Amino acid sequence: MILDDFMVRAALAGVGVACAAAPLGSFVVWRRMAYFGDATAHAAILGVALSLALSLSVFVGAVAVAMVMALTVSALSGRGYAMDTLLGVLAHSALAFGLVAVSFLSGVRIDLMAYLFGDILAVSRADLLVIWGGAALVVALIAWRWEQLLTSTLNEDLAYSCGIDPNREKLVLTLALAITVAVAIKVVGVLLIAALLIIPAAAARPLSRTPEGMAVTAALIGTFSAVAGLQSAYVFDTPAGPTIVCVAAICFAVTSMFSVLPRSR
Amino acid sequence: MSLITVENLSVRYGAHQALHDVNLVVEANEIVTVVGPNGSGKTSLLRAIVGALPAASGSIARKPGLRIGYVPQRLHVDPTLPITAERFLRLPRHAGRVALEAALERTGVPDIGPKQMSQLSGGQLQRVLLARALVNQPDLLLLDEPTQGLDQPASAAFYRLIEEVRHETACSILMISHELHVVMAASDRVICLNGHVCCQGSPEIVSSAPEYRALFGSGTGGALALYRHDHDHAHDDACTHTHHPHEAAE
Repeated sequence: MILDDFMVRAALAGVGVACAAAPLGSFVVWRRMAYFGDATAHAAILGVALSLALSLSVFVGAVAVAMVMALTVSALSGRGYAMDTLLGVLAHSALAFGLVAVSFLSGVRIDLMAYLFGDILAVSRADLLVIWGGAALVVALIAWRWEQLLTSTLNEDLAYSCGIDPNREKLVLTLALAITVAVAIKVVGVLLIAALLIIPAAAARPLSRTPEGMAVTAALIGTFSAVAGLQSAYVFDTPAGPTIVCVAAICFAVTSMFSVLPRSR
Repeated sequence: MSLITVENLSVRYGAHQALHDVNLVVEANEIVTVVGPNGSGKTSLLRAIVGALPAASGSIARKPGLRIGYVPQRLHVDPTLPITAERFLRLPRHAGRVALEAALERTGVPDIGPKQMSQLSGGQLQRVLLARALVNQPDLLLLDEPTQGLDQPASAAFYRLIEEVRHETACSILMISHELHVVMAASDRVICLNGHVCCQGSPEIVSSAPEYRALFGSGTGGALALYRHDHDHAHDDACTHTHHPHEAAE
């Protein structure tokens, strides 16, 4: 059967994550939440350690801790510290605590590198189910709240005047972010999740005229990056997760030139 | 019943009390203008009516089924967000193409639909914001300093547009303005706000009220009233008066 091939499973995992990351990543870019995404992703390593210690599924642990992290950042923002300071403190503390927590797990031999940089070639059928289930949930969530999310992103007072509560929409994004982080750990690892969110969306910007167009283009670029990255990793014998991010970065460089050209006319 | 009934409204930001004991009613088919110095709580009042600020005490009652069209003070569209004016008009509810084109036509920017929001000029953006508020045929338009950043001819044209819209659609308008003397004549009622309602009434009554004069002075006379249709003020054709450009703000 086709799913017996590890390359096919890896490609499907990459495409699944790219599809969830595209619409979410667009909002991360529009709302200037890049560091927020980073902090949430870094916190997930703590979730991994906790779920291994408690014999929970890694997915559940990562979602829970990422969610707690995101809510903590939201709650603390606007209380004295600048947002970038706050995120810098929380993101790196969470990563450090996560790494320390992992070292306490005696008896469990875990491959730390696999969680930091992903292990897409080792994706199992069960992993695929989790990744596609999570990705479908994220896409459905964002599609359902699309108009409300977009209105809140443009102007919060405008959203209120339409009967939309921007805080609730922010919670929707936070939840989507936590799920995406949890499903993306296996593919690119916690250190590069934010790259998968932001780079395809940023690369799609110069090619787009509407928000919907940008989300779809980002999904196409993300899918291309996943497939081409895997192929390149196979050919050049390079680590798969980082290679996927490299391809996305090259896409960004190429489309950025598109945006420079029309402006010079 | 009235479209909006505000009773004993207080609004606070932390320890700071922005508004206290505000009573305000907006009836059908009237233009109400709120004036007041900086920090007088004008924007807080509008945000509370829209639902963006919770009332610390008091109440805001809307007529059941009231459709509100809100024009925010300004709209910053992040350059990373691609969105055409046409798509913006459909947020967050779907509206037919005919309604969208009619709204843009009405606000005097008929060909702007395919343009990116981030590339519009200040005047175009204001007109698109107004068009968006008009798409759903509101009973009440809320405008927060709609002409901020526009030059005088552009803001005079914008106020004229608002009055035309009111005549055509019979909607009510609640508007905040810092251009006190300019907007006065277009209003049925002026509310002078400074944390609470200092005085209210027809423009003529308010502009001669001692509370209003205490807040804004009377130095600018008729010189700024370029929007007035009725010429009840004295013209200074010989230009013998001295200018005090900052007097109105003080």
